[in-house]
Amino acid sequence: MSSEYQTTETLDVTGQSCPMPVVKTKQAIDDLEAGDVLEVVATDSGSMSDIQGWAGGTDGVALLEQVADDDRYIHYVEKTGE
Amino acid sequence: MSTEHSPPSTDDADLEFDPAELQALRERVAALEETAADGDDGTKMTIVATQGSFDMAYPPLILASTAAAFGWDVVVFHTFWGLDILHEEKSADLKLSAVGNPNMPIPNAIAALPGMDTVATRLMQKRIDDNGTATIEELIDLSLESGVDLQACQMTIELMDYDEDDFYDGVTTGVGAATALQHMADSDIQLFV
Repeated sequence: MSSEYQTTETLDVTGQSCPMPVVKTKQAIDDLEAGDVLEVVATDSGSMSDIQGWAGGTDGVALLEQVADDDRYIHYVEKTGE
Repeated sequence: MSTEHSPPSTDDADLEFDPAELQALRERVAALEETAADGDDGTKMTIVATQGSFDMAYPPLILASTAAAFGWDVVVFHTFWGLDILHEEKSADLKLSAVGNPNMPIPNAIAALPGMDTVATRLMQKRIDDNGTATIEELIDLSLESGVDLQACQMTIELMDYDEDDFYDGVTTGVGAATALQHMADSDIQLFV
């Protein structure tokens, strides 16, 4: 999908709605190391705003990019610290 | 790096500050920062959940599990009908009320007939399944896993003649209004549902 990031792991939350994309992203990020990039694949259109809000309000993560691709919403979240 | 949101250069600004005044302001800011950092760090939220209908069980659990994903310290104090959300047996059988619900496409006179609450609940359950919305049990598990303190009001446990063992593992019992108020006083966000 994206060639700009070295995606460490992909989280599939397709078919799931609020609050699952955010909650599962948080859990997946917890299992990664600093510098890792998580790709989150969602079908919930609200995840565009929610992942952005979560990443903006949470320490140790950075939202690199969000892509709306047909009916899929793909988010790239980097774990920047602990 | 990126200078998209870089602050305006101070070189161009009108530097008409009195150095003494500036110094006093700096000290004031430092003092305030220390006060703000004193004691609690991090955001706290307290939700009081008083409703035990199928639809009203969702908002507190969704907000609590999401807040935990932000790393917030979250307490949900369940009292009166809200207690049923944490009750293992009752939680699986929460009902949507067909009567007095203006969102129901049927008149109250018909909604009051026996079995209509079950019908309304089944319809809602189907929508929830179709939409990929989490179940109440999933949200409770997620909340507990992520460190949300789900509290069951002791007075209501006794009032409803429940047993402390009736609740999901991990639920805090033996707490009352004072415990809830104490956390509310420390919280940045307090919600009553």
